[in-house]
Amino acid sequence: MARAVASLSRASGRGGGTTLPGRMLLAVQPDAIGRLATGLRQGSAVISATNGKTTTAKMAAAILSPPLHLTRNTAGANLASGIASALVRDHDADLGVFEVDEAALEGVVAGLKPRLVVLGNLFRDQLDRYGELELIAARWRAMCDRLPEGAGLVSNADDPLVASIGRERARHTWFGLDDPAAALPQMQHASDSKWCVRCGARYAYRSVYLGHLGDWACPSCGDARPALDVAARDIAPEGLEAVRFRLCTPQGDAAVRLPLPGVYNVYNALSAAALALRVGAGLEQVRNGLERFSAAFGRFERVQLGAVDAVLLLVKNPAGANEVIRTLAGDGAAKTLLVALNDRIADGRDVSWIWDVDFELLAAQADRVVCTGTRAAEMGMRLKYADVPEQGIEVEPDMAAAIDRVSAAPSGTAYLLATYTAMLDLRGLLEQRRLVRPYWEEAA
Amino acid sequence: MSGLRVAHLYPEHLNIYADRGNIAVLEHRCRWRDIPFEVVGVGVGDVLPDADLYYIGGGQDRDQLLVAGDIARHAAPLAEQVAAGSAVLAVCGGYQLLGHYYRGYQGDEMRGIGLVDLVTEAGSTRMIGNIVLECSLDGGAPRRLVGFENHAGRTMLGEGVEPLGRVISGNGNNGRDGGEGVRVGSVVGTYVHGPLLPKNAWLADWLIVRARRGGDEPLAPLDDRLEDEAQRVAARIAAR
Repeated sequence: MARAVASLSRASGRGGGTTLPGRMLLAVQPDAIGRLATGLRQGSAVISATNGKTTTAKMAAAILSPPLHLTRNTAGANLASGIASALVRDHDADLGVFEVDEAALEGVVAGLKPRLVVLGNLFRDQLDRYGELELIAARWRAMCDRLPEGAGLVSNADDPLVASIGRERARHTWFGLDDPAAALPQMQHASDSKWCVRCGARYAYRSVYLGHLGDWACPSCGDARPALDVAARDIAPEGLEAVRFRLCTPQGDAAVRLPLPGVYNVYNALSAAALALRVGAGLEQVRNGLERFSAAFGRFERVQLGAVDAVLLLVKNPAGANEVIRTLAGDGAAKTLLVALNDRIADGRDVSWIWDVDFELLAAQADRVVCTGTRAAEMGMRLKYADVPEQGIEVEPDMAAAIDRVSAAPSGTAYLLATYTAMLDLRGLLEQRRLVRPYWEEAA
Repeated sequence: MSGLRVAHLYPEHLNIYADRGNIAVLEHRCRWRDIPFEVVGVGVGDVLPDADLYYIGGGQDRDQLLVAGDIARHAAPLAEQVAAGSAVLAVCGGYQLLGHYYRGYQGDEMRGIGLVDLVTEAGSTRMIGNIVLECSLDGGAPRRLVGFENHAGRTMLGEGVEPLGRVISGNGNNGRDGGEGVRVGSVVGTYVHGPLLPKNAWLADWLIVRARRGGDEPLAPLDDRLEDEAQRVAARIAAR
């Protein structure tokens, strides 16, 4: 029945049937996930994080498949319904690899009983929807406490809040960066988790790599970053094209050229590599998978808009957006931008987070910024206070018209930054113009 | 010309709803008018500096608890500054700290500085969503104020204490009496963030005038078309 709903939903052209079949199935059979998952020959692995879970899941798939036949949820369909839908589509696979919403992780793990849980990072995100970071961390702790002994954990050692979860567990793989040369000169203002989870003192960092991620230690109680099992060293960016690093693992080292920019993608790669190694992949297989990776939905996806080369960039919260902007600003060149800000439920109805994003870094580079989405004027105003010259700020709430403005340029590159539902809208319009594939075709 | 000196209290702990946006708006609106602007951060253990405007933002529960233990030292000096004409803007958690106490849902109590006669008690649910107020400060024409609220605390004002505005849509102080925030002289407290000042440029300017003891001296007008449009859109969304 659920499979029939999926075809109907796709045939109606209103989404890819990514959650509806699962929602219907779970309504009739609340234990459906666990039941269907028993058909996965090698069990399943789940990935949760505030930022990077979609990219990490896609990287893990690029490494593992082939040779393995995987079941995956589609980009963003990361609640129980999305996972149930994936299992309805394909429960006769070798392994399930699922990205899971932070707030939904506890429930999904209880039903799915995965062999491996990957905990990526915790940043402040949509406070109106998720509540405070501590609440998510508490749910993750509860999840961890109920995890069977045989199940494995893979965690980001550089995030002190994540590292406070399941610290004592055996079979725990820790990943992180180990390259002081790639560190930031100072901690960013929007950083979360600056204070020791155990004793409340301020963490001291030997290196800060991104937000509050780094080589941390507490000068008061002595807690410190766990020893790294999987690490990235010698990180060397190649502009907006790629980043090179040395992947250090218990199986040895490998030089990797990841065809995506930014330190945050190095974290995603480490997370995917650690996952793959834990489910039996070899180091060479990991390296090959990462090197042939192509961007996930709206993550440095490239599109031709008339004579303009456009790059799609999903921005969801301050930490993620700051990394995108830091990466963009790195080349110092003048730029055309389109920023699409929506305030629907999936974006977070509270748009105050845009004030924690360092648009100031682009002030001297943004020649022209077209602001669009349900909160277009608010975005324009934010840029004005970031010292982007006002004559370069255009407000066009209608997204199709905004795209036209950008694509009318005779040449050059445009960066299209969009919140989650704004990216869906944007891609919908680009699909109509046959410039991108529908997002639900991606995971399959 | 006198400048504007802002003391930003606990910027490291109370910054959850992009409070730095409020500071950026004060800074730019001074700078665009050639008014000298300065901001100093005041952390845990620091002495309270002289300032024209004291800003206190909101934080996560744990941070707010930590700040509550420190801010008691500033109760008397801050009251003196206010008596001498300094302004205060306190948002969310900072607003609650202006009052006598905050009582958590489990009955745990956090002392405030008692600068304003108000108390806050946590409810079982959070009041979350877009909010619109109508404010009439100093008997002037009613002004619209828009933003976002997200709080479990129900704030009750003391007898005769006036709210900052009347709720047009949203919950406000406690979801019952139709009032939002507080305004006593040059002291303003509110649950409205978003952040507060960018979409409510008139309030930023009102604070700049009050904090500089500017009396009725008008500020040079600015081009606020983007600010006004952002406010209009926010009010329209809140009304849905």
